[in-house]
Amino acid sequence: MIRIENLTKYYGDFCAVNSINLDIKRGEVLGLLGPNGAGKTTTLRILTCYMPPTSGTIRVGEYNIHDNPLEIKNMIGYLPESAPLYHDMLVYDYLGFVADIRGIRDNGKEERIKELAVTCGLKEVMHKPIGELSKGYKQRVGLAHAMMGDPEILILDEPTSGLDPNQIIEIREIIKRIGRERTVILSTHILSEVEATCDRVVILHRGRIVADDRTEALRASAGDRRNIRLSLQGARVEDVSKTLSGVEGIYSVSAGESEDGVTRFTLTCDSKRDVRPEIYRVIKSRDWIILEFYQETRTLESVFRELTGEG
Amino acid sequence: MGLLLNWRHIFRKEFRGFFVSPIAYIVICVFLVVSGWFFFSTFFIFNQAEMRDFFQLLPMILVFIIPAITMRQFSEEINIGSYELLTTMPVTFHDVIFGKFMASLCFVAIMLLPTVIYAVFISFLGELDWGPVAGGYIGAIFLGASFISIGLFASALSRNQIIAFIIGMAICFFLTIIDKMLFFLPESLLGIFQYIGADYHFRNISKGIIDSRDLIYFITVCLISLYSTHLVLEQRR
Repeated sequence: MIRIENLTKYYGDFCAVNSINLDIKRGEVLGLLGPNGAGKTTTLRILTCYMPPTSGTIRVGEYNIHDNPLEIKNMIGYLPESAPLYHDMLVYDYLGFVADIRGIRDNGKEERIKELAVTCGLKEVMHKPIGELSKGYKQRVGLAHAMMGDPEILILDEPTSGLDPNQIIEIREIIKRIGRERTVILSTHILSEVEATCDRVVILHRGRIVADDRTEALRASAGDRRNIRLSLQGARVEDVSKTLSGVEGIYSVSAGESEDGVTRFTLTCDSKRDVRPEIYRVIKSRDWIILEFYQETRTLESVFRELTGEG
Repeated sequence: MGLLLNWRHIFRKEFRGFFVSPIAYIVICVFLVVSGWFFFSTFFIFNQAEMRDFFQLLPMILVFIIPAITMRQFSEEINIGSYELLTTMPVTFHDVIFGKFMASLCFVAIMLLPTVIYAVFISFLGELDWGPVAGGYIGAIFLGASFISIGLFASALSRNQIIAFIIGMAICFFLTIIDKMLFFLPESLLGIFQYIGADYHFRNISKGIIDSRDLIYFITVCLISLYSTHLVLEQRR
């Protein structure tokens, strides 16, 4: 459906997006992740024909952004970051304006506005000026703006930023519902959001794609190391290090702070095998007392930090 | 015309936008008070049933009023970011520019409308020649259109409305006074600078002589300014 080919964007000397290639299928909900300044918004802005790329192209269906911007804009509903709307317009008037531009005529217009007011929970604010709305309501008006033309592709740039937890859940529900039939691309740096809504995750870092996989696969495949946390009482740090380093599958042992004879250790292990039984056997043969013993589950967060962490 | 599909919607939105906020009413009031005061303060002294004085004043008043009308058109959109929403909808730059231009032009026409009462009033006092009056209003619309185009261009240049106002005003002011500054210039340039002056062409029309050269001048100013606006917006991408 959407094919991004060798997309590059420079701002002066600064390379915001560095030859990205990406294929997005119809009906996918894609999460675009990355730290601030990774190139998420730039990529979305090029896709929505707001700005041209320095080189490369994007194809949407049979169109491309250089020759058919109008056709592409017709297929896309876009909610820019922090929903920058006209402050002095009434919500109802604004949605009417968007409906006009989207080519929704006479009878359909009134109906569509009502429908979206229900979907996005805007009923109570329809006759208020947008400038007087709270951040959450503005975001919803932005969402209604994006959904107005019933677009095939919905692009949301940080759709839940600045919302309270209840509103976040509501908006996620909406996104999920739309995602069943439409292609949705959403950018965010909130990881739980991606885990909750997206089928597929693309992680950007410094303008490059550093990961691209299905959400579960990415969480599972996270590197070949995993950490085991251990708190022992009555153990000398040198003894523990020496003994546990000898266990096959453990790469390193590092000791944390000691307090009242309790020392915390972090063991870095091979993720392909389970070394916990072996560790238990070793400890059992000594008179150390185990206070804590658990394996860290890898979350998207640790994957994200591994891929985009500095240094 | 394929390039102008959606300008009507933008026109309608912008035109309504003027009257939703108090700006429109303030601008119209200021315009009527200023033009009315300057015109009628000398009208009875000259004791002549004509509107020549009014049309003589008009360009200078429009120099200040029109950039104030157009200053927010692009600056505000760029500043609050709604420009991104607007341009990612299925519209072209032509739609946006032409819609905003027509909205401002209609607003200026509405602003001028109450002054027709002056003419009606004067026609009761004496024998009013309607030719120059009609010419004056036609000229005012063309002059207004030119200043609006310049104002839109200035507005596209900056995200700051004050800067947009000052740039727009400076250009309009230059075009209005240039033909009064001719004595500073070498003789060989006189003709050119006289032709550049907006006031010179406006005076011709407001005498009641509608010459195609004057109309072509105003249309040219409009086209150049609107095209420059297009270039600035294109560059901004």
